[in-house]
Amino acid sequence: MAASGTRLRIKHEKDVTQVEFVDRNILDEANIQAIGDEITAIIDATPSPRLLISFSNVDHLSSAALGTLISINNRMKAKKGELRLANIDPQIMEVFMITRLNRIFSIHDTTADALATFT
Amino acid sequence: MQPSPRAHPDPSKPEHVVLRLHNDRGEISAAENRLLEALDKFAYAKASRFAVRLAVEEALTNAFRHGHRRLPRETPVTLDVTVGPEEVKISVEDQGPGFTPEAVPDPTLDENLDKPAGRGLMLMRAYMASIDYNAKGNRVTLVYRRPGA
Repeated sequence: MAASGTRLRIKHEKDVTQVEFVDRNILDEANIQAIGDEITAIIDATPSPRLLISFSNVDHLSSAALGTLISINNRMKAKKGELRLANIDPQIMEVFMITRLNRIFSIHDTTADALATFT
Repeated sequence: MQPSPRAHPDPSKPEHVVLRLHNDRGEISAAENRLLEALDKFAYAKASRFAVRLAVEEALTNAFRHGHRRLPRETPVTLDVTVGPEEVKISVEDQGPGFTPEAVPDPTLDENLDKPAGRGLMLMRAYMASIDYNAKGNRVTLVYRRPGA
């Protein structure tokens, strides 16, 4: 269950931080900013972050949300961390394809598939 | 296809609404919900709802974030929507100085993939049948056509 004020559900399993969104729609800039800040804090608190972001609850996202994901990816790369995305709805996957962001993210069908790819 | 003439009020008559929106999530969400209800009335599919909502969201974000960057936060944007049986026409006009859409870099180029901003315009282009700016560059008109229409 999400703590008060957070837009994320977070759990740690086998050295991997798993993050799930509380909101079905990731559109609101203030929420997107809060999500970015929260995930950034997780990355900064870990020497070699291993992060799995699940979109299982998400129906909609905007380009602002994509921007935050890119910033997260850039931060992960700077820390030589491992980032995986999973459970992306086909319509949202289409957005990743259109923007060609599927080329910079490691995207997996399920949480189990994504977990299996961490080194 | 031309709608056939009807003696009674035509349920396929397009819905037209003009809203002045502030940069407030509640107002924007209410406007989007109203738009989605109009799409439901004409039985647009889930994929159409996704496309139209995404495009409106991006147009409004551009208007407030870029168009109104140097204007007071309370400055409203005008959203003009017509939902008909075959197409949805959306116009978003801000009160900013306008911009040149052609000057926006292509975010899908390899060298731009890791840049966080600049994808709203290309998403609108991808999902809409047409997207046009007025000469000043402060009003975008989007047309979505029902697949197969």
